[in-house]
Amino acid sequence: MTIGPVGFAAPWLLVALAALPILWLILRAVPPAPIRRRFPGVALLLGLSDDDRVTDRTPWWLLLLRMLAVAAVIIGLAGPVLDPRDPSTAKRDGPLLLVMDASWASARDWPAQRALMDTMLAEAGRNGRPVSVLRLTDPEAPVFRTAEEWRSRLAGLAPEPWVPTTAMMEEAAASLGERSFESRWLSDGLRRDGRAALLAALESRGSVTVMQSPRPVIALAPAVLSGGSVELSAHRLRAGPDRTVTVEAHGRDPSGVPRILATLPLDFAAGETVAEGGLNLPSELRARLTRFEIAGQAHAGAVTLTDDSLRRREVALIAGREDREGLELLSPLHYLEQALAPAADMLDGALMDMLPAKPDVIVLADVATLSQAERDALMEWTENGGMLLRFAGPRLAASDVSRREEAPLMPVRLRAGGRTVGGAMSWGEPKSLAPFPEDSPFAGLDIPDDVRVTAQVMAQPDPTLADRVIAQLSDGTPLVTRKGVGAGQVVLFHVTANAEWSSLPLSGLFVQMLERLAVSASVARPAPEDLEGTTWRPVQVLDGLGRLDEAGTLPGVDGARLVSAPLGADLRPGVYQGPDRWLARNVIGSDPALAPAAWPPRVDVTSLSRPAETPLGGWLLGLALGLLTADILASLALSGRLWPARAALVLAMALTLTPHTGHTQSGEAAQRAIRATSEVVLAHVLTGDEQLDETARAGLVGLSETLFFRTSVEPAAPIGVNLETDELAFYPLLYWPVTPDQPIPSDPAYAKLNEYLRTGGMILFDTRDADVAGFGTASPTGARLQRLVRPLDIPPLEPVPQDHVLTRTFYLLQDFPGRHSGRPVWVEAAPPDAEKIEGMPFRDLNDNVTPVVIGGNDWASAWAMDENGNPLFPVGRGFAGERQRELAYRFGVNLVMHVLTGNYKSDQVHVPALLDRLGQ
Amino acid sequence: MTSQDTPLRARSEAEAGRLPPLLARAEHLAGAVLLGEHGRRRAGLGDDFWQYRPVQPGDSRRMIDWRRSARSDAQFVREREWQIAQSVMLWVDGGASMRFTSDKTLPEKADRARLLSLAVAVLLNRGGERVGLTGAALPPRRGEAQIARLAAALVLEDGASDYASPDTRGLPPYGRALFVSDFLGDFDPVRRALTEAADRGVQGLILQTLDPAEEAFPYRGRTIFESVGGTMAHETLKASDLRARYVARLAARKDELAALASATGWQYHCHHTSESPQSALLWLYRAFDRGSVAGGSGT
Repeated sequence: MTIGPVGFAAPWLLVALAALPILWLILRAVPPAPIRRRFPGVALLLGLSDDDRVTDRTPWWLLLLRMLAVAAVIIGLAGPVLDPRDPSTAKRDGPLLLVMDASWASARDWPAQRALMDTMLAEAGRNGRPVSVLRLTDPEAPVFRTAEEWRSRLAGLAPEPWVPTTAMMEEAAASLGERSFESRWLSDGLRRDGRAALLAALESRGSVTVMQSPRPVIALAPAVLSGGSVELSAHRLRAGPDRTVTVEAHGRDPSGVPRILATLPLDFAAGETVAEGGLNLPSELRARLTRFEIAGQAHAGAVTLTDDSLRRREVALIAGREDREGLELLSPLHYLEQALAPAADMLDGALMDMLPAKPDVIVLADVATLSQAERDALMEWTENGGMLLRFAGPRLAASDVSRREEAPLMPVRLRAGGRTVGGAMSWGEPKSLAPFPEDSPFAGLDIPDDVRVTAQVMAQPDPTLADRVIAQLSDGTPLVTRKGVGAGQVVLFHVTANAEWSSLPLSGLFVQMLERLAVSASVARPAPEDLEGTTWRPVQVLDGLGRLDEAGTLPGVDGARLVSAPLGADLRPGVYQGPDRWLARNVIGSDPALAPAAWPPRVDVTSLSRPAETPLGGWLLGLALGLLTADILASLALSGRLWPARAALVLAMALTLTPHTGHTQSGEAAQRAIRATSEVVLAHVLTGDEQLDETARAGLVGLSETLFFRTSVEPAAPIGVNLETDELAFYPLLYWPVTPDQPIPSDPAYAKLNEYLRTGGMILFDTRDADVAGFGTASPTGARLQRLVRPLDIPPLEPVPQDHVLTRTFYLLQDFPGRHSGRPVWVEAAPPDAEKIEGMPFRDLNDNVTPVVIGGNDWASAWAMDENGNPLFPVGRGFAGERQRELAYRFGVNLVMHVLTGNYKSDQVHVPALLDRLGQ
Repeated sequence: MTSQDTPLRARSEAEAGRLPPLLARAEHLAGAVLLGEHGRRRAGLGDDFWQYRPVQPGDSRRMIDWRRSARSDAQFVREREWQIAQSVMLWVDGGASMRFTSDKTLPEKADRARLLSLAVAVLLNRGGERVGLTGAALPPRRGEAQIARLAAALVLEDGASDYASPDTRGLPPYGRALFVSDFLGDFDPVRRALTEAADRGVQGLILQTLDPAEEAFPYRGRTIFESVGGTMAHETLKASDLRARYVARLAARKDELAALASATGWQYHCHHTSESPQSALLWLYRAFDRGSVAGGSGT
C-alpha cells in the first residue's frame, strides 16, 4: 500500500492508530504516580484533605507527546518506505522476470547489480508480484516464486566466468513458457549474437527494460612470448580518455609463497581501445609465473592464466666426449649447464632414452656421428617442433659430417678441418663478433668487447648460407647458423660449448643467446586435432570474479573441446593438466574484440544506479524513542523528581543508544590491575576448560595459603589470566596447565608472552600427564605443549640439576612431586662453562630466573584446597601421600621464592649455612 | 588474605570517631560564647558543701564532721548544698523525626540538637552548674567527666518511635530544664510535661529545632508523605495545595508552644538547622542567665 510517496510493508498495522483516542482517555484518567517522601511534619498534615477532589491531571501537552510517540512506533513498525520510484513502474503488477547476463563482464558491477536486484525484489515483494530470476550463463526455465524467497537466495547468485553463448540464449528463450510477464534485463553491456532473438521472445510476453552499467570493462588478452619479453595487451569496451591500468604478474617466490612478481603499467591512449606492453622478466622468474591480472578489475576477464608456454623448458644435454676425468671446467657441457640451470630443467642420459621424454631442446656438444636410429629419431623429433642445438668441436671438425652434402641435422655444410685464428701459424689476431643483423634472433644484444674466437669450423659457401647465418665474426665468417626442419629447427654454434675455442661461453652474451634461442623455440599452442582423444584434468579454475580455486572433483575435458569449444559450465576457464603438459584455457581469447551491446531504440536502457528507496521505519522508531525520552524528563519534572543527575542520566542514555563498553572494560582492567599489583598475586592461564581452570585456581589458592602461612610472602587471591586480553606484567608466576585441545594463542598474545618472559616472568607448564611419554614423544598434551611453546622465546632446557637454585630457595628439595612424582622437571639449562668449584656444594649457575619450568606432575591438583583448607584431590596413599603433598607445597614455595628472589640463594654467602644444614 | 577486616575496622573507627567530634564541636561552640561577658563564676556556688551547723539532737554520729569539730569544742555537722536547685536537666528528642534533613548540606535536626545541648552543657559546667539528662539515664553531676558521659549518652540516644515526648522523670523540683525537640508530634504529652514541670517549680527553656523544609513545605505534585519512622503516612494529590494550611498549622503549633511556655514560666525559641548554631547557643545561654539559673544571688 502506498500513501503519497510513502509505501508501507505492513499496512494493516496502521489500524492500531485507531486505538490512539482510547489510549488518550486512559492516560488522561490515570494520575501520575505518586512520589514518596520522608517528612517529619506529616503529623501536622494528618486530616488535611485535598481541596480539589479531581486528580492532578497529566497536562495535555504531555499526553500529546505520548500520543505522538505511540503513533511513531505504530507507523514505524508498519514499515514505511520513502519510495521515489517512477509511479508508473510502481503500479505495475503481474509476474516479474529478472534476466541477468551474469557473465564475467557483469562481475565488475556485481555488488551494484545485487543491490539493484535487492531493491527490485523488495519492491516486487511490497506489490505482491511473483518473481523469477533467469541467469543467461546458466539458463533454467523460470519458476515464479515470492520475492522474499528470491531475496534469501540473492547472496548465492554469482557471475560465471564465461559469456552466454547463442545456444544458451536460445535455450533460455525456449524455456520462457506461455505466461506473460514484465522483464528487466541486467546486461553486462557486451555485444553478442543471439540477443535479438531473446529480446524478441521477452517482448512478446511483456515489456522489457534493460539496465546496464556504464562502467568501462577492461579485459586482458593471454600473454604471448615474443623475443625475450612477455607481450600483454589490455582491451577496453569503449574508447575513452587516457587511462593507465596496472597488470600484475602473479607467481610463486622461490619458497613457494604466492606473490606479485612484477607489475606492468599499460597506457590506453585517448580514443584507443587496446593498450599493449612487454614485460621483460628473467626466464627463471618467468618460469614461476601463474597468472597476469589487471589490478582493481575484479572479474575473470581481467585475469589470464599462464601455462607451459611460459614454463621452464626441458633441455637434454649430450656431449660427444665425457672421458676427460676431473677437469670440469673443460667439460663441453659445463658452461651450458651453468647457463641453463636457472631457467630450464636439464635431462641427462643417453639420447635414445631421453627422446621419449620429449625435451624441448636437445643440445649436442661436439657430437659428430649418430647412429641411423638416433638420426631418424632426432629427425622426427625435430620435425615435430624440437630444437636441436649443436656445438662444434674437435670431433666435428675432424669428422665427415655434412662435408660434401648438407646433413639433415646440420644447418650448413662444413669445410674440412676448421680454422684457427690468432695462433702462431695463422692469420692475425683472434676475431671478435660482428654486430647481429636485424633479422637475427640475437638482434639487439650487446656484444662485450672481450669476446674472442680463436678457432671455429668453417661453413661451405652455399647459396643458402647467407639466409642461415644468424651471427658472424667480424671478418664475416659464420658463427651461428640455423635452418628450419619441419616445425623445428637446427642451430649450430661454430665454436665449442666450452672455452677452448672461444671466450664466448665465459661471457654473459652466451647466456642471452641461449635464452633467445630457447625462447624462440617456445611451446606452440597445440591444434585441436593434435589433442583428439586426450583427456585433460582441471587443476585450477577461475570463477566469475577472477578468483582462482582448486578444481576439486570437476570432470576431465576432452582435448579437442578444451581448445576449441566455447566456455561453459562443463568447460570452465582454468589450468588443465594433460598427458605431458599443462594448458591454460582463458576467459579472453587472443583477439577479444570487445564491442558495446547494441539495443534497438525501442528498448528502454537505463543505468544500474537508481535512487535507492529509503526505509523510514528506523527514523520513526528513533523519533519515538526521542519522544519517550522527552516524556521521561517531562514526567520527572512534573512530579518534582527531576534532579540534575537524573536528567543527565536520561539524556546520556538517550544520546548514547549504543552502549559504551569500552569504559567499563577499561574500568574493569584498571580494577584488575590494582588488585593484581597491590599484593603479590599468583596467576594461572585460562585454558577454556572450566574444570581445569577451577582446579588451577584452587591449586593456587592452596599455594597462596601455604605461602601466607609459612613465609613472608602473603599473596592475595589468585587470578585467572586470559592471554588474549589481559596484561601479564603484573604477575610474577603464571601457572599454565596444558590440555590436548587448548586453543593456540594469537600472535599478539605470543608477543605479550615473549615480552613477559624476557622481562623476568616465569611460566610453569604442567602437562598433568605424569610425563608418561617423555617430552618429544607423542603424548597428546606433550604434543600440544610443543605446539604451544614453539613461538615462545625459550632458552635451551635441561632437567633440574641437583645443584639448581630451585632446590634450596626455601626448603631443601631434591624432588618436585605434585600428584605424580619422580618425573623430571625441566628448567633453563646451565651455561656450558659453569663448573663446580672445589669445596662448594653447588655451581654458580644462571644469574637470573629460569623463564619456564616444564613438568607433568599435576601440581595444581596437589596444591588445591577449598575455602576451609581441605585438600580437594587425594595424593598417593596414607601418610606417604600426605608427605608427597607436603613436598608439593614445598616445591610451590620454592618456586615462588625463586621467582621473587632470583638467584639470591645461589649466592656463595649462604654456603656455610647450607653446608651445615646439609650435614656436610 | 581476608578482605572483610578492613571494612570492620573502618566501621568501628567511624563509630568511635563520632564521639570526640561532637564533644570537640560543642567545646568549640561553647568556647566562642565564653569569650563574651559573663562573670558568674562564684566560689562555692554549686559546690557540694553548704554550711557547718552544730549537732542537733537526732543527728547520728556518723554525720559529725570530725575535722571541723576537732578545731573547736563544739561538734558540727557538714551540711550539703541542696542539689536540686542547681541542677540543669536536659531532654533531647531522640525520636526518628529528628533524624531528618531535607538537603545533604544541612545537618540532621538530631545532630543540631545534640550539638546545642552539649555546648550548653559545657557552658553550664564551666559556670559551675550540674548538668544531667532527664529520665534515668544520667543524674546531674559536675566536672569534665560528666561532659564526656553526656556526649556518650547523647550519641547513644536513637529512639525508634517517630515522635518522642518529653521525659520528666528525674526532674528535680525547682531545678532548671532544657527541652530540645521539633515538637511536631502529639502536643498533649508536651503540655502535660510542661505543666508537670511547672508544678514542681521547674523553669526552663524550649528549643524547637526545625528543618527549613519543614518551615517552607516546598513540595508539589502527587505525594505520599511518610514519617521518618514510617508509621504515619499521608497522601495528597496536589502537595502544593496543602502548603498554606500546613504553614498555618505549624504557626499554630509554634504559638501554642509559646503560649504554653509563657503560662508555665518557660522560655521558647525556634531554631532552624540552616541557621548558625551560634545564635541558638547564645540565646540558650542568655535565657539561662535571665532565668537566674544560678539563682544564688536572686536576680
